[in-house]
Amino acid sequence: MNRVRGKKAFVKQEECVACGCCVKLCPAEAIKILNGLAAKVDRIKCLGCGKCAKECPASVIRLQEVEE
Amino acid sequence: MKKFWYDYLWIASLLYLALGFFNILFAWLGMLCFLLPLILSAVKGTKIYCNRYCGRGQLFALLGGSLGLSRKKDIPGWMKKKWFRYGFLSFFLTMFALMLWNTYLVLAGAESLKTAVSLLWVFKLPWSWAYHGTLFHPAVAQFAFGFYSVMLTSTLLGLLTMIFFKPRSWCVYCPMGTMTQLICKGKSKNCDFVTDETHKNGYSDKKEEGGGYS
Ligand code: SF4
Ligand code: SF4
Ligand code: SF4
Repeated sequence: MNRVRGKKAFVKQEECVACGCCVKLCPAEAIKILNGLAAKVDRIKCLGCGKCAKECPASVIRLQEVEE
Repeated sequence: MKKFWYDYLWIASLLYLALGFFNILFAWLGMLCFLLPLILSAVKGTKIYCNRYCGRGQLFALLGGSLGLSRKKDIPGWMKKKWFRYGFLSFFLTMFALMLWNTYLVLAGAESLKTAVSLLWVFKLPWSWAYHGTLFHPAVAQFAFGFYSVMLTSTLLGLLTMIFFKPRSWCVYCPMGTMTQLICKGKSKNCDFVTDETHKNGYSDKKEEGGGYS
């Protein structure tokens, strides 16, 4: 089932510097950097582990509860 | 996680700083991490250099992460604001231009070669032991001293913000990172997902069918 629920990572894209730290750390390979502008999370793949949020140098990733 | 050859480029970064200690002319190699990011972003429209090949980013991640030399606190909000990032980039480029001007003065014979490395743009460190003469014009060495100063200064700033904030805090205001992101912005004018999908508290929360990206 491709349901998106539970804790998921959200990126505040205007302040993302597209450094790619989060991409390297994500165990689920759920993050991509789009066009060198900002990170984008695939919330179906995201496990909500929070590793990306912890390392993001700009601290622009937040975990939010998603219900659907 | 699987490691690739480019995950070890932090060794090259360390080596670079070390070589400049013995012979300043090696500083010229630093042009690679000046030109490559710009070329790659201009050609590919991505920050692939930052994301994959930058040894300096890897070095900070290692020192601050695995070696625990970082407090891992959030950087202050103003440091990630556009005015600061663009302001620092402008300052950095101005100082770079000044360095080129000094090189020119030596080239034109108006000034003599200064065998010093300047740290944080103001402190002059004597560095004459790393100069063994050059086959070319002394201006070649002047540029090397200037370029090494830029690299050493940015490494020092990066180390400081690594210690106080998160390991790769330098990447937030790194002039190369800011420049490549600007180039990417210019290249993807038609791509407005950054503003389109941003809703609640600025955290994008649009859920798509299938892909799930946002
Ligand atoms: S680590 Fe943070 S700033 Fe860097 S690309 Fe990921 S979300 Fe953006
Ligand atoms: S929360 Fe974990 S799984 Fe989700 S994007 Fe971040 S690192 Fe990947
Ligand atoms: S932002 Fe600067 S230090 Fe960070 S990965 Fe990019 S070029 Fe390297």
